[in-house]
Amino acid sequence: MFSKSLFYFSSPQRFYPVAGKSWPWFAVMASALAVWGLWLGIFVAPTDFQQGEGYRIIFVHVPVSWMSMIIYLAMAFWALMGLTFNTRLSGMMCSALAPTGAICAFLSLWTGALWGKPMWGTWWVWDARLTSELILFFLYLGYIALTNAIDDPRRADKAGGILALVGALNVPVIYFSVKWWNTLHQGASVSVTNGSSMDRTMLDAMLIMAVAFWLYAIAMTLYRVRNIILARERHTQWVADLPEMKAMSTGAIT
Amino acid sequence: MSAFWAIVRRDITLAMRRKAEVITAVFFFVVVAALFPLGIGPDMATLRLTAPGILWIGALLACMLSMGRLFAADYADGTLEQMALSPNGLSVLVAAKILAHWCLSGLPLVLLAPILGLQFDLPTNALWVLTLSLLVGTPLLSLIGAIGAALTLGVRGGDVLLSLLVLPLYVPALIFGAGAVQAEMSGLGASAHLSVLTAMALVAAVFSPWASAAALRLALES
Amino acid sequence: MIWHSFSDFWAMGGYAVYVWGSFGMTAALVWAEIAWAKQARRKLVQNIQAERASVALNATDWR
Repeated sequence: MFSKSLFYFSSPQRFYPVAGKSWPWFAVMASALAVWGLWLGIFVAPTDFQQGEGYRIIFVHVPVSWMSMIIYLAMAFWALMGLTFNTRLSGMMCSALAPTGAICAFLSLWTGALWGKPMWGTWWVWDARLTSELILFFLYLGYIALTNAIDDPRRADKAGGILALVGALNVPVIYFSVKWWNTLHQGASVSVTNGSSMDRTMLDAMLIMAVAFWLYAIAMTLYRVRNIILARERHTQWVADLPEMKAMSTGAIT
Repeated sequence: MSAFWAIVRRDITLAMRRKAEVITAVFFFVVVAALFPLGIGPDMATLRLTAPGILWIGALLACMLSMGRLFAADYADGTLEQMALSPNGLSVLVAAKILAHWCLSGLPLVLLAPILGLQFDLPTNALWVLTLSLLVGTPLLSLIGAIGAALTLGVRGGDVLLSLLVLPLYVPALIFGAGAVQAEMSGLGASAHLSVLTAMALVAAVFSPWASAAALRLALES
Repeated sequence: MIWHSFSDFWAMGGYAVYVWGSFGMTAALVWAEIAWAKQARRKLVQNIQAERASVALNATDWR
């Protein structure tokens, strides 16, 4: 009974309308939280004693950094599901997550550099976190390149799945080794905040923005997985019966 | 076990008939080691400092470039399918292929490294650690590269794609490999780095043939 | 509201380039991602409709 409900929505046909109904809710919640978080962060949170106004970058830098890692973990999860249970939808979810994850990784690097320049004097520092983020960005690019290069969608999904899993297992190794490499060559590492000394409003705004980005990622993934489902299932009857397909453009060939 | 050694012997024999493959990796390594000083400048102090990184990167790139050839020939002529069907298990045969590939592309680099290290005026103990780190490190690189080679088998733009996939996974090996030599030169001792490198190589030796075999089956299915 | 004037807000205490560069790039990429996904869907639906139309047309030709 439980296994029936577990796999009930693993058919793309059943999941398509579920995703269709739910993504707008996530999008609305994400937008609302983003407005609130940005309001708190830009108009309410006080100036930082050490970093002046420049610290406000953390309201996007920290959320996108967290998301880039969470999304990769989600991809690894779906890769594991797909390889274990051989469900098509798992591979589609993994592929749907990748572009958002890559964008988050890129934004983490971009905002990290913009934050680093006024604080540490250079556009780039080889500290453990930024360097690991760069490698994570390459992992995303590798996944996207591999799945785009393989024509057969099932093979692309499974190959991508293997790559995502191997990558996920390696991420702790990579982070540890980069941390080791960094502490040998440099003194104290830079910390984002000093935990308890962070003003309450700043922390609130940061957490709200983090949740906002999380909901945005979910909404984006659900929207994108619908595209992937449509593209792969285009020759089936249930796609033909969809209301958006039946709305035939009257300018069609008659 | 005899199937394992049969495959090793076979791959080495086949490769020796087309010596170009062996020579490419060696040549690339030598060229990189020769070009870097030309790019950096002849100051011996700088070269000694940067030598571990340069030599390790040269070996890493040489390995990476030769990975594409690991499964391609057998895939093209159908031998890979036969291996997949054999009772010996694809993982065992893949492990054999990786060993043969390392003997041809990795081992020469290990043997060359001390000679190239002399060009950078590395002290004797550093040369010893360099050779040791490559001895442990190049099998690790071959093992990781095999997964990438299996995933990109028969795919468009395979070689470049292989490099992109495998590069992030090579980073820990590079850090601990080059780091071992640097640690030796700075007096801290390389044992910690070499231990971690060995551990990674052992884990890869167990895990990589299995993952590569899974990826190969994927390539053979389609 | 901690800002005393719009120019204070805009200048961000001298960090304007960095702060607005960060927020701006984030907003730009978020917008681009959404626009790209929407456009992909639109083209996909059009493609499928066109395919079905031509298949239906070819089917009727045989009668």
